[in-house]
Order: sequence, then C-alpha cells, then structure tokens
Amino acid sequence: MSILGTPRPTTPATSAGPAAPTFSGNRALMLEEPLVFELGDSSTSGVDLEAVPAHASRLAELERSAPIGLPGLSEGETVRHYTRLSRQNYGIDLGLFPLGSCTMKHNPRLNEKLARLPGFADIHPLQPQDTVQGALELIHRLAHWLTTLTAMPAVAMAPKAGAHGELCGMLAIRAAHEARGDARQVVLVPESAHGTNPATAAFCGYAVESIPADARGRVDLAALAARLGPDVAAVMITNPNTCGLFEPDMRRIADAVHAAGGYVYCDGANFNAIVGRVRPGDLGVDAMHINLHKTFSTPHGGGGPGSGPVVFSAALAPFAPLPFVVEKDGRFHLVEEETADAEDHGRSFGRMAAFHGQMGMFVRALAYMMSHGADGLRQVAEDAVLNANYVLRGLADVMTAPFAASGPCMHEALFDDRFLEGTGVTTLDFAKALVDEGYHPMTMYFPLVVHGAMLVEPTETESKARLDAFIATMRDLAAAAKAGDVARFRAAPRFAPRARLDETRAARQPVLAWTPPRSPQSEAA
Amino acid sequence: MRYLPLTPDDRAAMLNAVGAASIDDLFVDVPAEARLDGPIAGLPLHSPEMLVERELRRLAARNMAAGDHPFFLGAGAYRHHVPASVDHLIQRGEFLTSYTPYQPEIAQGTLQYLFEFQTQVARLFAMDVANASMYDGSTAMTEAIFMARRITKRAKTLVSAGVHPHYVRSARTLARFTGDRLEVGAPRPDAAPPADDHADLLARIDQETSAVVVQYPDAFGHVADLSELAAAAHAKGALLIVVVTEVVALGAIRAPGEMGADIVVGEGQSLGVGLQFGGPHLGLFAARERHVRQMPGRLCGETVDAEGRRGYVLTLSTREQHIRREKATSNICTNSGLMSLAFSIHLTLLGEKGLRHLAALNHARACQTADRLAAIAGVELLTPRFFNEFAIRIPVPARQALRDMAEMGVLGGVSAARLWPEVPGLANVLLVAATECVAPSDIDALARALTETLATEYAGA
Repeated sequence: MSILGTPRPTTPATSAGPAAPTFSGNRALMLEEPLVFELGDSSTSGVDLEAVPAHASRLAELERSAPIGLPGLSEGETVRHYTRLSRQNYGIDLGLFPLGSCTMKHNPRLNEKLARLPGFADIHPLQPQDTVQGALELIHRLAHWLTTLTAMPAVAMAPKAGAHGELCGMLAIRAAHEARGDARQVVLVPESAHGTNPATAAFCGYAVESIPADARGRVDLAALAARLGPDVAAVMITNPNTCGLFEPDMRRIADAVHAAGGYVYCDGANFNAIVGRVRPGDLGVDAMHINLHKTFSTPHGGGGPGSGPVVFSAALAPFAPLPFVVEKDGRFHLVEEETADAEDHGRSFGRMAAFHGQMGMFVRALAYMMSHGADGLRQVAEDAVLNANYVLRGLADVMTAPFAASGPCMHEALFDDRFLEGTGVTTLDFAKALVDEGYHPMTMYFPLVVHGAMLVEPTETESKARLDAFIATMRDLAAAAKAGDVARFRAAPRFAPRARLDETRAARQPVLAWTPPRSPQSEAA
Repeated sequence: MRYLPLTPDDRAAMLNAVGAASIDDLFVDVPAEARLDGPIAGLPLHSPEMLVERELRRLAARNMAAGDHPFFLGAGAYRHHVPASVDHLIQRGEFLTSYTPYQPEIAQGTLQYLFEFQTQVARLFAMDVANASMYDGSTAMTEAIFMARRITKRAKTLVSAGVHPHYVRSARTLARFTGDRLEVGAPRPDAAPPADDHADLLARIDQETSAVVVQYPDAFGHVADLSELAAAAHAKGALLIVVVTEVVALGAIRAPGEMGADIVVGEGQSLGVGLQFGGPHLGLFAARERHVRQMPGRLCGETVDAEGRRGYVLTLSTREQHIRREKATSNICTNSGLMSLAFSIHLTLLGEKGLRHLAALNHARACQTADRLAAIAGVELLTPRFFNEFAIRIPVPARQALRDMAEMGVLGGVSAARLWPEVPGLANVLLVAATECVAPSDIDALARALTETLATEYAGA
C-alpha cells in the first residue's frame, strides 16, 4: 500500500523473534505498529481543505517542484496510528512514576481544559496590548504567586525550561558583575549537581570547579569557604540537593558567598519538597529557577514543553531579561525593547527568546496553585516528604540507603547498590525488573556521588496503598536478587513492548531518519 | 484536597512508621530562621475546581481571541486550523503524562513518533537529519550559530537584516557571553526586497566568517533564492544557516536544503501547535549528516532489541549535558516533546498532498489580501514576492492604526516599529499575514477597517 517503500526486513510484523509467536507479531492488546512512512503515501490526506481560489502567484521560479516525501494517512488511520503508539508508553496516568528529581506527579485535567480556552490558547503574542489584558493579568498574577512563595522580589517569566532558567539566572549574575566592572571567571558547583548546572555555567563563559560533599551528603561548607575569593562569580547549589537532603548550612553558605562578593544560584528542581514551607529568599538565594513542569504539575509531555521562571533577589532584579509584565493603574503593560528604557529597565541583560514565555504552562500552573492555595501547597510539600520517608524506611532494611542514618530525607529517597554486591545484579538490571512489575523505574546512576544510585521520588499524589504495593514489590525484588535469581533480572524486561535495546549499535551506526529500503535490484548491483 | 490522596489517618500511620512524632520532625534540617508556622501570607487558600474555572474564564474573556475576529497577524507566529484529532491524540495520558524516554522499553510510543518527526522535518527542509526539537525557533537559531562555530572554529557570524528581530536579540544576548561575533544588517526603512541585503552579505563573507544566517521567507515576508549565498559561503569555508518561521511555506516554495543550506532551523508552531500567546512553541533543527555529532538537542535513533526486533532509543547522548556536563554541546535538557507530537500528527494528517494544498490556499488568500489592500488610496505594497505575509506602508503610524482597527473588531497585523524600535522610518510599516483561516469576508472587513482608520487618522492629523 505504500508508494514510499515496502517494510524493511526488521519490521516487527516480519520478524520471527521468540517473543512474537503470532503470525501478525501482535499479542492481543499489545499491538505492533509500523512507521508512518511504511503505512502512508504522498497522495493520501486526512484533511479536507477549501478549493484554492484563483490568484496570481508571486512565487515564480521558487515553487517547490521536487517530491517532498511526506506520507499522509486518512483521519481514521491517523487516530489509530498514534493511539497504537501511545499504548507502548508508560505515563503517570498508568501508575507510580518514581523518577527521582523529575517530580512526576498527577497532572490535573482542569489545567488542560483551561489552557485550551481560546482566550488563552488562540491569542497572538503581538496583538495590541489592550486586546490581551486578561493574558497579561494572568502572567502578572502567576508572578505574584512565585515571588510570594519564594520571598524574592522579582521573577523573569521568559525562560522556556529549567536549563533555560539556569541560563537566565547565570546571565543576570554575569551582567551584575560586569555592571560593576568585576570580571570574575569561576563558578563553583557541587559534585552532586544536575549536569545542566556545569553545562550552563560553561555556556556563559565561566570556568567550572567542583566542590565536594561531606560524609552526610551535604555541601562541605569548610571546603567551599576555603575556595571562595575574588575570582568566584557564583555558587550553584541545589536545595534540597540531589541526594534528597536539605542543605542545613544554606544560609551560612549564602552569607559566605556574599561576603566574598559572589552570588548564590539555587537550582530549584527540587522545590516540590519545600513549597509553602520554606521560602528560598529567607536562605539568602539570589536567583532560582522554578520548573513549572515539576512543582506546579504542568505535564512533562514525553520531554517537554517545560517552563522555568526565575526568581531574583533585589541585587539581581534590575538585570532580568525582557519582556515582562508590570501593572500600572489597573492596566497591564508588557515591557519590551520599545519601552524598556522608558520603564526604567535599561539594565536588563536582554531577550532570551521570541515572545513572552510559555503561556500555556502559565495557565496550567496558575490553575494548579489556585486549586491548592497557600495551605494546599504546604500540604503538597509535607505529603511529598512524608511519602519519600515512608519509602525510605520501608526499604532501608533490605536495600542500602547511604544517608539514612543521618536523619530524614526530603522528597526523594536515595539508595545505592551495596545491597546488590555479589549478587550479579546491577542497578540497571534492578530497574528493568521493576519495568516487568508494571512500574516506571526510579532514576538510576544519579547523583554521581553515590555508586549505582537509585533515586526514588514518589511525590505527594501517591496514596498509602500505592506506596505499600510499591514497597512490597521492591522488597520482593531485593529478596530475589539476594536469593540468586539472576536470570529474572538479566532477562528483564520480559513483558515490555521491547526487550533491552542495543544502545551501542544506535550510537555507532546512527540511523536518525527513515530511508526507503533498497530494492532487490540495487542490492544485487 | 482533590489532588492529595493521603487521609489524616494515613498521615498518622505513616509518621508512626517512619518514627516521627510530627511532620515537623521531617523538616529538622531547615534552619530555625527559615521555618514558617503556617500557610504563606498574601496568597489565597485552596479553591474548588468550579471556582478556579470561573476565575480563569473571566481572565480569558478579557482577551480578543483570534478565532472570533478577522485576524491578520504573523511575524513569527501564524494562525492555522488544527484538525480536532491532533489535540485529542496529544491528550492521551500515555503521551501527555510520560517523561523523556530514558527507559526505551516502555517509551517506544514517544521514541517512534520522535523518529517519524525527525524524518518529517528533515524531508520538509530537504536536509539529512533533524533533532527531536528545541524550545522554539529563536533558541534553535542561537544554537545553530554556536554549532557553526564548533564546526568552523570561527567566531564571526553575518546575520541578514531580514531575520526576525526577536531571534537576533536572543542570539545577541548569548553571543555576548560566548565570544561569538554577530554582524547584523540594519533593516532599511523601506523594508525593501532582500537583494541589497544579500549583496551586502555576499560582500562581507570572508575567511573569518563562520556562518551566514538568513530567514526564508524573511521577516518582511520576502522570498528569494538563497543558492548564491550558499555558494559564496561555502567558497570561503563558511556555513549557510537558514531560518524558517512559517513552515507551511515549504509546501509551496523550494526547501532550504535544495538551495545549499548547511543548517536549517525553524519555528514549527504553524503545524499542530497554535498561537498560544507565544509559547509553548516548537523549535526545529536540521543539519547535514556529516555534522550530526555537533548538533545540539536530543536525537532519536533506530536500533534492535535483545530479540532482534526494531526499536528506538535516544542516541549520541555523549554530546549532552547529563553525560558531558561542562563539555556538553549545549545545556538543554527539556525539549518540546508534546509539541513535536502535535506537529507530526498534523503533518501526517495533511500528507504531502494536503501540505501542498494548504500552502497554495495560504498563498492565494495572501495574494487576495495584498491586492485588496494595495488598492486602498495611500497604501503601498512593499513585498513583491511573498508567501503568506507581506509588508505595506500606510500614511499613518501603524501602531495607532492597529489599535483603531482592534476597536472595530479587526486584528489587522503587526507594526514593524514594535519589532524594530531602533530602526527609524518603520513607524508606518505594517506586516500583514493571511492564512487559510482568513475568509473572503475577513478580507473585506480588513479593507473596510483600514480605509476607515486612514480616513479618521488623516482627519485627525
């Protein structure tokens, strides 16, 4: 049926692998699905359009004449193709998704409904401002929530995701140093930091130096203080940190950094643990990004879109990027290049992207905040922390938790692989066995400071019954590993749509786009 | 609270199980001076679903939605009709509530659509490979400039005067800190065709030039052949980066890859995504195969599983921040996964036949609109060759004219001075876009509103 080529030899339907004992390759509700390029053809369309009216074309010799190679499907086949693909995915809607540092919590559907109101979704970013007062008010109101929750005076709404927010914060820090003629070159980052931290600092032209953790999994304050000096522009700290622990010395760290003329960047990826209970502004933070797709529940969508507003201290606020919204006499103004100087924002470090930020995410996040309120958000943090401690204590005797003895954890429970020593089972095997049990695995091999790390973040939207079932499953797996049932782990996942995939092959001989199979003639030639 | 499943009894039992007397025991590491006794002051308390909906509907109602009015805005964000099945499919929980596909055995749905998306984008641009998306078109362009520098080991980039000013400013913001040198052509007040701009670029390409960046169609709507620029850049060892902010155009005009582009970036919101007041949008990024290891962003690749079945994984991640940390090609972690799905579904629904038809319809509506406006006394068409967007000069400031027309219920375009406030002489230039969403009656309404506005503003002046 395809004019673009017949299925290649490796298509599932023609494979004779042991896991596909049926003629079709399907296994009842587990359905194989070819690529759209193998299903469709360039003369099929699932869209009916009006006839093209008569007009004098202005394109002349620039008209595209060569085939583009884009297959189409009828509407019904399109719906079926993507529905079948969706069933090969795990999502929060299916079950516990304890991916540490990613905060995979329930995504309320009210937020989806409201983000799709035409008054938010079907407005253009460059409409006259009088025609989008409700949208600007929404951004302004969300900004108020974020600054109030963090006790920080200003917030930049433009950044498109967490890492973009980091960039925003670090650019403001650099601009602030430059404004006073201070050419500091070094940024200190703890060993346990997310990879985005050093990548961001390097992107801004800074030399990155690591600072060690102490035996309790916290930033080594003495080592940090010893390194501070006139060359250090900033310290990037994640709090709660990636070991799932609160940095009790945060205020003293900030004071030391400030005394040495530097700024404190806080990675807010783990804000969910403290939202409504702790305000980063009270800890001396100068800039912090907030992942709306984590703490404020906008859907991760298979890897985006995110949204990463950045809150700023008074010292950094004048350098915040354009554009942003200000209220004057009950009217909302968007401050852009055209009006920046007049509005007294001439020291802004500039623009980070086209338009005004992730409006669709703003609507969802605000709906989520208004639903919870200040009281509910505090309960969010408390339940997230309680759930993580419940998992930590429910597993600490059969797994190994490197920092369990040092006290409670925050919103995530960290385990290492010492309990697997001598079993022949690795962290990866353990995670894949969890797939067979119907769970998305925890974060593996991160943070890097712990060997064979397994980072479990249950979030506050899991019930006690769900946690009990998860803990029982994990205990059973730990017992099986210790009992020597290595085969169960090595073969895992056995029941997923695919067995383990050959990532080495994918990287050595990259196939990044579909190409038509070679015909028998050309192969013979 | 409807999103929190723990009951008071659960909490008591769980605190007991973890050996804590109260929840405060779990926050012992928080220093005393940062502890709060109760809910943060200055914010409302929890609210029922119905009341949240009522309040946000009130805000939504204070905006003029494009679909309710004759609508002619473009300038980097275009309004197209998105088939209903697109939004239905992207809301399936297995897509909406999944994560970056780091566990490929249970993320083949995401990975396969990314592989299909990459192939669709590569074909649309006539390039070899595309990545799994970027934040938006503007950030994709900045990343392309940095990629060119990594390839050529040169720091000077020539940017055409026809590139969207938001894109240029975004690149400038970062270039200040990375050591890239951007030389940007100044737009001429007459928004003239790009021949002079191209001639200027051709004259300035030298042995230090890393890349030449051009937009196609450009920010004034002009379309022009880029082959000569590509050849000239290549002759000096430089790359040609092409920016496409309206991808529907590529159903009608030659692809950048056919004209010698080395990197093509774009904004993909035209397909599947919608206006969204500017975000989330969808960054597209495509390159030649020989440069794939210098590309930023996630890449999905084909492989086989342990049983020999075809499957997909994220690959070449040794370029990325979670592996390379400070040596990564970019700091990007999140991309625009769900938007790439919407784009891909829309393009699958269209197919090549539908895309070409859609593009032809856009061009026809824009031609009809341009002819109609150019017939109004005092209005001058500045863009002789365009796809679905063009510039006109009117005898009064465009910004005021747009406000006047909005009061008549017509969203008539974008003022060039809003985009290029630093360029004198653009005050009276108006950018007008017409897509398939524009009905003949909308063109009538725009012509009437503009005529009336000019009469009023003239009289007032």
